Amino acid sequence: MAGYNESEFLICLASKLMEDGTTAFVGTGVPMLAAALAKRMHAPNLVPIFEFGGTGASLEKLPLGVGDSRTFHKAVAASGICDIMETACRGFVEYGFLGGAQIDAFGNLNTTVIGKYWPPKVRLPGSGGGNDVGSFCWKTIVIMRKHEPRSFVPKVDFITTPGFLTGPGAREAAGLAPGGGPYRVVTNLALMDFEPDSKRMRLIATHPGVKAEDVVKATGFELLVADEVSVNPEPTEKELRLLREEIDKDRYYI
Amino acid sequence: MKLLESGAGELFQPPDPDGFREWVHTRKNTKMVDKVMTEQEAVAKFVNDGDYIGTELYGTVRAPMSLVRETIRQEKKHLRVAGQGIHEIDLLLAADLVDTLDITYIAWEVYGISSCLRRAVESGRVKTTDWSNGGITWRFKAAAMGVPFLPIRSMLGTDTLKYSAAKVVEDPFTGKPVCLIPALFLDVGLIHVHKADKYGNCRVEGISGFVHELSRASKKLIVSTEEIVSTDEIRKYPEQTVIPYYLVDAVVEAKYGSHPGEMCYRYWRDGEHMQTFLKDSADPAKTKAYLDKWVYGVKTHDEYVNLVGMDRLRQLESEIGGR
Repeated sequence: MAGYNESEFLICLASKLMEDGTTAFVGTGVPMLAAALAKRMHAPNLVPIFEFGGTGASLEKLPLGVGDSRTFHKAVAASGICDIMETACRGFVEYGFLGGAQIDAFGNLNTTVIGKYWPPKVRLPGSGGGNDVGSFCWKTIVIMRKHEPRSFVPKVDFITTPGFLTGPGAREAAGLAPGGGPYRVVTNLALMDFEPDSKRMRLIATHPGVKAEDVVKATGFELLVADEVSVNPEPTEKELRLLREEIDKDRYYI
Repeated sequence: MKLLESGAGELFQPPDPDGFREWVHTRKNTKMVDKVMTEQEAVAKFVNDGDYIGTELYGTVRAPMSLVRETIRQEKKHLRVAGQGIHEIDLLLAADLVDTLDITYIAWEVYGISSCLRRAVESGRVKTTDWSNGGITWRFKAAAMGVPFLPIRSMLGTDTLKYSAAKVVEDPFTGKPVCLIPALFLDVGLIHVHKADKYGNCRVEGISGFVHELSRASKKLIVSTEEIVSTDEIRKYPEQTVIPYYLVDAVVEAKYGSHPGEMCYRYWRDGEHMQTFLKDSADPAKTKAYLDKWVYGVKTHDEYVNLVGMDRLRQLESEIGGR
């Protein structure tokens, strides 16, 4: 097995979560690479959806923004943000990929501020389409590049994007459509899901060489651990070649 | 309807659909008149200190950069701005012309976060109210519909709602909580398009972003265009008109007007230019030097184009690729 870095592992693992023939809301960064890789590997019929209007782009060239021309290159439709968000609101978008500066046990995400709201200690970009994606998609997958206590926190400074909010039933009580919410969390150490009854984050697989207790220690809240914790597959030669030679030749991410 | 929650954020531009109708009735012109003018004339005539402004599409993509640079040259102050943006908002913040931001996302996507935003907001100089991208665009849509608000199903349950100026009510039809977002009527909209005729009938290619919503939510609308085409050409394909002339107050010819952003099917983004700005913008002195060179240092968009240089622009044209 050739060597690979953490970003490459993360992208390959996220890519495997994308099912062929489904629709996926794709944000800037790792999700774009994961979608481009998935389309070249197991999911040629994956339909990437970009918030400013691109539906079903070929992803032959890596988009650098959610509205750039590569998000609708050889696409099936180029509409606008209202159409895309309304399509998601009506239930057409299966997966949403998100990231954040902080995440809590219920998968709530912060991309707005560190510290109090205003004036904040650190002003982050804001929701962008994140809140809409987390509200509308059936399954949101969160990608956190660094699994550490300062980003996996008991309480996020600001809930930008809804996970399961305060626990079972909270999304529905707030008025969000039933059935959505966080599905998986992918990090540089492990893969997590959400335990169905408590809606709390749960470790289900670690990366090769990473112990379950390492992941628990790197998490700033009590992380549930599944009865059986499996080991995530390593990137294959083919995946690495595609990533390095085709998808991210300019090394924006890897 | 039972009010369940009110966002604590300040409503920087309260909805006034009747005021907008009155504006349309007394100030807009449904006659086909030639509206072509220079960016200096357009900004001088239609942008005032204290105006609430919006831009479309966004900072790296079909962005009205030449109009933003002219707004900065004319030092239009105390602006209130709707922000899903990148370079356009960064420049306005860097020039210290913004008092308040209805913010959804301001950063550089793949390249990183915005130092201009951080300095402006963390210092307490610029006040913010947060929304989601969907939320703010539906605010434009509500304005475009001429209604005071729209119900939406995002932002619910989060601090994005808590620090917005949205409200949550019990939906009288389903009994479930629903989020109401106030219409956002803009004083001025700035939009860059591929083609327009002299009256302001406009076409864009590729995704439409929020061109329909923002153009219809603006009291005053300045359009910059890559090229001016004949009205006969517009009339041949009327289904391609995304902005009809009566919405438009000024038409400004600005080839490469989105630079350093891209213009689909015409030129690719100037990544090098953007990354240099982003790096420099971490340092206030270097940020000022950027403005001195690229904004204050040129008098017109034509001078800006010369400063970028045709070799570079031809290169970007070759990089955009085909359909």
